[in-house]
Amino acid sequence: MFEILKRHEMADGTVVMNEISAPKIAAKARPGQFVILKANETGERIPLTMADTDPKKGTITVIYQVVGKSTALFRGMQVGEKYQDVIGPLGQPTHLEKLGKVACVGGGTGIAVLHPITRALKEIGNYVYAVIGARTKDLLILEDKMKAASHELEVCTDDGTYGHHGFVTDVLRDLLERENIKLVVGIGPVPMMKFLCKLTAEYGVKTLVSLNPIMVDGTGMCGCCRVTVGGKTRFACVDGPEFDGHAVDFDELAKRLDAYKEEERMAYEKFMKERQAG
Amino acid sequence: MDEKSAKKEKIPRQPMPEQKPEVRKRNFEEVPLGYDEETAIREAQRCLQCKSPACVQGCPVSVDIPGFIKLIREREFTKAIRHIWERNSLPAVCGRVCPQEIQCEGMCILGKKDRPVAIGNLERFVADREREHGTGDLPPKQHPTGKRVAVVGSGPSGLTVAGDLILKGHDVTIFEAFHKPGGVLVYGIPEFRLPKEIVYSEVNFLERLGVRLECNVVVGRTVSLDELFEEGYDAIYIGVGAGLPRFLNIPGENLIGVYSANEYLTRANLMKAYLFPKYDTPIVRGRNVAVFGAGNVAMDAARTAMRLGAERVRIVYRRSRDEMPARAAEIHHAEEEGIEFHLLTAPKRFIGNESGRVTGVECLRMELGKPDESGRRRPVPVEGSEFELDCDLAVIAVGAAANPLLTQSTEGLEINERGYIVADPETGKTTKRGVWAGGDIVTGQATVILAMGAGRKASDSIHKYLTWGW
Ligand SMILES: Cc1cc2nc3c(=O)[nH]c(=O)nc-3n(C[C@H](O)[C@H](O)[C@H](O)COP(=O)(O)OP(=O)(O)OC[C@H]3O[C@@H](n4cnc5c(N)ncnc54)[C@H](O)[C@@H]3O)c2cc1C
Ligand SMILES: Cc1cc2nc3c(=O)[nH]c(=O)nc-3n(C[C@H](O)[C@H](O)[C@H](O)COP(=O)(O)OP(=O)(O)OC[C@H]3O[C@@H](n4cnc5c(N)ncnc54)[C@H](O)[C@@H]3O)c2cc1C
Ligand code: SF4
Ligand code: SF4
Ligand code: FES
Ligand SMILES: [Mg+2]
Repeated sequence: MFEILKRHEMADGTVVMNEISAPKIAAKARPGQFVILKANETGERIPLTMADTDPKKGTITVIYQVVGKSTALFRGMQVGEKYQDVIGPLGQPTHLEKLGKVACVGGGTGIAVLHPITRALKEIGNYVYAVIGARTKDLLILEDKMKAASHELEVCTDDGTYGHHGFVTDVLRDLLERENIKLVVGIGPVPMMKFLCKLTAEYGVKTLVSLNPIMVDGTGMCGCCRVTVGGKTRFACVDGPEFDGHAVDFDELAKRLDAYKEEERMAYEKFMKERQAG
Repeated sequence: MDEKSAKKEKIPRQPMPEQKPEVRKRNFEEVPLGYDEETAIREAQRCLQCKSPACVQGCPVSVDIPGFIKLIREREFTKAIRHIWERNSLPAVCGRVCPQEIQCEGMCILGKKDRPVAIGNLERFVADREREHGTGDLPPKQHPTGKRVAVVGSGPSGLTVAGDLILKGHDVTIFEAFHKPGGVLVYGIPEFRLPKEIVYSEVNFLERLGVRLECNVVVGRTVSLDELFEEGYDAIYIGVGAGLPRFLNIPGENLIGVYSANEYLTRANLMKAYLFPKYDTPIVRGRNVAVFGAGNVAMDAARTAMRLGAERVRIVYRRSRDEMPARAAEIHHAEEEGIEFHLLTAPKRFIGNESGRVTGVECLRMELGKPDESGRRRPVPVEGSEFELDCDLAVIAVGAAANPLLTQSTEGLEINERGYIVADPETGKTTKRGVWAGGDIVTGQATVILAMGAGRKASDSIHKYLTWGW
């Protein structure tokens, strides 16, 4: 179980796709849900959204950005190797509804999380505008897939190397001005989601975000993933990960994500040093 | 005869050798080191072999205490462990973690004038001896019945059910949400109190008997109870524990460095954060630690923080010393290790800095008022008594509640107003046909031995059902 069947790199090797054998999870997973993976005996439990599933083949696909020790460790795992543990499907599936026109906005690796939701929203009959962005052209992922999953796709890069020069929120503002958008789904780095929600609040358009707090068990038993939504504490792993973006305390989330910055840096440096040595 | 009993009374309760407090407070090795054979026999000689032993009434699973103690005296250690197994399948665990002072030892007749027989220490001794020097022979199994049982959760309750039913010839699979089996025994109770090797050897014993173990299966998510029936299971036992952390619901609780005890202990024990960066899971290493609550969980958190390098660890409890629910031994060990107790003190709000880290907690002094429904005198805040306590790590250990993940996703399973599963106390039967439940998910957080006792009753009932019908 949990063997890597396919693997490829994207965005200049900073993002990696793994297709993993996990029949039980594949049979059950729905858009918006995630898994927790642990590479080996000494590994930590890392949550990743399922970017795709194939119940017939019994596989799930994850797409992750290499940001620290554990994702660097994952990156070194080749086809034929196995994750020691994969747990899921976790979290609430996206609440899918036919609403009319919807906008799906993704930044960075958030696009991987956004893709299955976008596809599902289109499948149930919404008219889907997709807006995706990256810092620069080489870091953009899943353009083709997002094109297929939506009706209209707009691409942005912060540095103007590709598509619209600027932020996804600029494009979204135009859309909100022009079209009668009923729902915005915004997934990306915390600052992006925060500004996006500010914008959609101006227009009074309901907005879903997918939150990525630090997690341990993913089943509601530790409370590590707590986020404040509408003044109340919620556990993102069981109550989310999607929430009403207008009610989320993003500043608290951003701070909590930095809880182990020092330890993470140390772990990463040690890992890279050991890898160079061995 | 007279001479013999006179001699008996002269033997004092044999002390348990322990690591010295100043050494052990900085390591994760087990604190009590165990009796050797001669000490065990000497302690066993203290037992009066009562005709109607009060100690047995104090044990929730009625271990034949004088019976196994007599066998120790006769150096029949293998027979002694077999004798205990008839009532209790996890004696190495119970000998270490039962609250003996309010159970078996609390009732021992010797305790009236002298100190009671060290029943827990003796139980631990025979179990450890079996693990280290025993034959490892498997007990006989009955003929296969062809019936399949799913056990959900691998805590003491689920393990007991699995062990009982495999011996009765049924085919048993345990489904565990975590990546390792053992429940609270591995994620909650620290290594220095219950070495994980003991739990794994118990699980390994079950696997050798033929129990299948599937970790990483979150029942209610990965698979539902109804799907398990569809897959061909004839009966299901739910022993998922009380895995929902309680918070204080005061301002500042989401600051970095404020943990639920579940998170803190899971990071430290299950994920081995105390070995970071050899293990990848990080943990906040506080220098100045405040732990809220005074049960076993609070003691475990406080002592773990000390071992992770704290300079100062304070237990903050809103009632008084007499009400502290932890085992006497743990309170004693915590004190020896330099943990301070701030009694009649309640937290009001956490205080943090601009990066969102906890720096302190505002507290209130309490005084004891009239008794409440539990019969304990209710603590009431003293007006204007606010004061600040510095801390860079806070652990909240004020109890657990029922995790709704499984019950929410299951139809026909009645739960009570607090979310616990409704089950017949005699049989463990739930309101859903073919489903039993027991342990903390029925009673709320209790004890290992009660969770095992519930498992034993349920396994008897499941066996009857598989033989005769619901
Ligand atoms: C529900 C959910 C779904 C996610 N889906 C994806 C995805 O599809 N693709 C993707 O690239 N990333 C995803 N993430 C984020 C991913 O889990 C983190 O990037 C990863 O854990 C970083 O681990 P590391 O050891 O490589 O980096 P580290 O250097 O240890 O951490 C980098 C940052 O990642 C965050 N992080 C660290 N540990 C955890 C943890 N245990 N749980 C969550 N966040 C952590 C912290 O903010 C930290 O500062 C998701 C997170 C959540 C909660
Ligand atoms: C820190 C701590 C210290 C303690 N100290 C003592 C002590 O000294 N003495 C004592 O007698 N008692 C002590 N207790 C209490 C005792 O540990 C519990 O009462 C006992 O473990 C309950 O057993 P259980 O089998 O009901 O559940 P648990 O031990 O909680 O096990 C439940 C298992 O089910 C799994 N599970 C949960 N949901 C699912 C799901 N949906 N699908 C699959 N698996 C699932 C969990 O991961 C867990 O492994 C302590 C508890 C804690 C937390
Ligand atoms: S199981 Fe617990 S209560 Fe019973 S005899 Fe053993 S230590 Fe005492
Ligand atoms: S009550 Fe005490 S002395 Fe009597 S049989 Fe039990 S352990 Fe022995
Ligand atoms: S990750 Fe533990 S409760 Fe959500
Ligand atoms: Mg990490």
